[in-house]
Amino acid sequence: MEQTNFQLKQQKTQSNDWSARLHHATRATREDWLGKGISYLCIGVIILVVASMLWFITSKGIATFTQNHVSLGKFLTGTDWAPDQGKIGALPMIVGSFAVTFAAAIVATPFAVGTAIFMTEISPNKGRKLLQPVIELLVGIPSVVYGFIGLAVVVPFMRSVVGGSGFGIISATFVLFVMVLPTITSMTVDSLRAVPRHFKEASLALGATRWQTVSRVILRSATPGILTAVIFGMARAFGEALAVQMVIGNAAIMPKNLISPASTLTSQLTTGIGDTIDGTLPNNALWSLALILLLMSLFFNALVRVIAKRGQLKHER
Amino acid sequence: MNAKRTDFLATVIINLIVAAVVGILVFLLAYILISGLPHVSWTFLTGTTDAFSGAGGIGVQLFNSFYLLVLTMLISIPISLGAGIYLAEYAKDNWRTSLIRSAIEVLSSLPSVVVGLFGFLLFVVKFKIGFSVISGAIALTFFNLPLLTRNIEESLSAVSRSQREAGLSLGLSKWKTEIGIILPVALPGIVTGIVLSAGRVFGEAAALIYTAGQSAPVTNFADWNPMDAASPLNPFRPAETLAVHIWKVNTEGLATNAAQLSAAASAVLIIAVLLFNLGARLLGNFLYRRVTASK
Amino acid sequence: MLKQYSFDETAVQTFDDSTSLAMKTENLQVFYGANHAMHDANLAFPKNQITALIGASGSGKSTYLRSLNRMNDGIATVTGKIWYHQVDINEPTVNIYEIRRHIGMVFQRPNPFAKSIRENIVYALRANGLKDKAELEERVEKSLRGAALWDEVKDSLDKSALSLSGGQQQRLCIARSIAMEPDVLLLDEPCSALDPISTVKVEETLLELQKKYTIIIVTHNMQQAARVSSQCAFFHLGHVMEYTSTGNMFSNPQIPVTQDYIAGSFG
Ligand SMILES: Nc1ncnc2c1ncn2[C@@H]1O[C@H](COP(=O)(O)OP(=O)(O)O)[C@@H](O)[C@H]1O
Ligand SMILES: [Mg+2]
Repeated sequence: MEQTNFQLKQQKTQSNDWSARLHHATRATREDWLGKGISYLCIGVIILVVASMLWFITSKGIATFTQNHVSLGKFLTGTDWAPDQGKIGALPMIVGSFAVTFAAAIVATPFAVGTAIFMTEISPNKGRKLLQPVIELLVGIPSVVYGFIGLAVVVPFMRSVVGGSGFGIISATFVLFVMVLPTITSMTVDSLRAVPRHFKEASLALGATRWQTVSRVILRSATPGILTAVIFGMARAFGEALAVQMVIGNAAIMPKNLISPASTLTSQLTTGIGDTIDGTLPNNALWSLALILLLMSLFFNALVRVIAKRGQLKHER
Repeated sequence: MNAKRTDFLATVIINLIVAAVVGILVFLLAYILISGLPHVSWTFLTGTTDAFSGAGGIGVQLFNSFYLLVLTMLISIPISLGAGIYLAEYAKDNWRTSLIRSAIEVLSSLPSVVVGLFGFLLFVVKFKIGFSVISGAIALTFFNLPLLTRNIEESLSAVSRSQREAGLSLGLSKWKTEIGIILPVALPGIVTGIVLSAGRVFGEAAALIYTAGQSAPVTNFADWNPMDAASPLNPFRPAETLAVHIWKVNTEGLATNAAQLSAAASAVLIIAVLLFNLGARLLGNFLYRRVTASK
Repeated sequence: MLKQYSFDETAVQTFDDSTSLAMKTENLQVFYGANHAMHDANLAFPKNQITALIGASGSGKSTYLRSLNRMNDGIATVTGKIWYHQVDINEPTVNIYEIRRHIGMVFQRPNPFAKSIRENIVYALRANGLKDKAELEERVEKSLRGAALWDEVKDSLDKSALSLSGGQQQRLCIARSIAMEPDVLLLDEPCSALDPISTVKVEETLLELQKKYTIIIVTHNMQQAARVSSQCAFFHLGHVMEYTSTGNMFSNPQIPVTQDYIAGSFG
């Protein structure tokens, strides 16, 4: 007779040792061990990646200070960047990065909030059918394409309007503005949608106009969410490499104005890391820039958390 | 000024803002397609690049982009599936889980240039694999993992508890329930997420310039043995992708028609990304209708 | 207003002949964290009979029922003993998957898999190693007949189960459970989401099924308990207050809380 491993079938004929039968490991038990093993392994891989990323970049990034004995203060405040001559003042890049980040956020936020208000309060229908795809497409455009358009359109435009080479912080701001716009908009939309409907209805019922309702009730109660959105946008701008590098001019000097070539942490890294030799001061100095990027990314992350916590507390009260 | 007038003014301003945002997108797409498409031809799509000037076709780069994409997905889908199942099914609500979630959050918010540099450090400097397809694919995996994991976890968690109980109450193991019952229901969301992330991976350059490299050695498209040095499938050859090519041509391009070349390449890249976005939507809807049996 | 009843005054019947019992719980307690949801439940379930668990909503009926096949694992802490074939299946060393194959469960909301009707039934069978096509087909027909669904779906076994009506879906869930050939079938308010006609069909199915299975059914509906069950247990605020034959329960309840509940003063 054909053997079948189907235990249900056997139960009717087999011995009555129920204790053994109910304690026995079966296919399902083994499957569960296997499944647990697989999924723990996968999450373990991700944790390992994150941990080694933090570890490697940190250990490389502090070599400038531990091996080359550059003082941290000099690194952060020095304005001369010529690593092959031993001058490693990172301030120009730090200032450049912060300048383009803040500038882009300042320009993008009104546009993002306006668009979000349109999508949630003025015309949800057009918002869904027209603007949602617009936002998604803007997110989808790769950053090298933004860089290319910056180079082909924005830089010549700036050159003709304000003179100079056209490369500089203002061009980078322009490009980053478009790049962070969809990020800030879609997150702002989420936070506006999360405002309880009765807030809005109560305000309208009291005779407030739409704008009064939006500005006094909706925007106010969505403020933590909008703030989070802006920080996400800033994080994206701070970390963006290629698009900025293509339009900022990459001069590692303190930016004196918005229209002369400057550089950011990311642009300096992109242009420099391939030309330096591992273990030398110029190379280590670049890794220190990468470490700043990493720390800033962690900082933005923490900031988002703090705001989220605050927002929660406010709601509970 | 009275409230009515302020309201009117605000509405006008908001409408102008929206028009500007839509205008920007229309301009971007129109500019790329109008300046790029006329230069896109069959020879451009399949031709090889002049190694010195960067002029010429983008055949190899296009192949490299797809090859890297496929490899990246082959590595990252299984890992993020396992990790997503862990988070949706096995993770308890405790400090360890929130630490894991924070780690994933951190990974997803790291700038891609940092991820690329880490890949460079690991594969090129430490393991001495050099600029290669495999280094690039793993760097892209790092960059892709957190998003896919989160997407998979969300899709799995969105499936009703009662489906899990149905499976468990029949004596199915947790794993079997998750793979055989929950996963098929969550598939539309997961597939949409995967295709969207494919679009992102396809356009990524910063993570690749120091991992997959910036050169596209001419390969022999008649040789499909991955072990051969000249084979397009060889995972250890450098592989400049389309996105990296655009960057390269623009920053150090010595080609006289650099602007045309990059416009054309950008047009191709944009169209590919648009197709991914469209594909994600269509495929997601199609699968959703199949799963819910609403015809 | 809810009157205060003493939890000391209970009337729970016991059975002398333990061989006629399918299952039994001893001092079963369930805790959801700090919430003590079930106190010392001592109930025994005779073989091939339908036992109804009744009581107001929140009285712990589902909590108790879900403990019987360890569906509360990972959700609640369950202490006490659950006897099944002289084995305490509440022990951590017991193979819960095996338990659940012997003690099947049907839930309040129909929860068919998003698969075809046939696949709903054969999926778990195949996962347990039954590969023989003919045998699988046989089980499909047998279980669908058992759940009184065969005539309605025999021509559309490959259609999605989600295209069935609520009542059909629930009977499919019953079919899916009995296809595993369990000993005991646990049902948690199986008709609460169904229309009256579907309810009648499910009840008829259950009366037929008790010939082969021991059935424990939670119901919110006293008429239903009276129609289908032989034994009836009344739950109140996490306590089993009275357990007796269904006839006694409805004609001659022993303690005040049951009398008031049967009379409809709360619940
Ligand atoms: N998953 C759960 N987590 C926490 N408490 C629960 C859970 N399920 C039920 N409870 C609590 O247990 C008590 C009994 O609930 P339940 O068994 O569902 O009652 P019934 O089925 O009789 O309506 C209720 O107080 C309920 O709040
Ligand atoms: Mg219940």
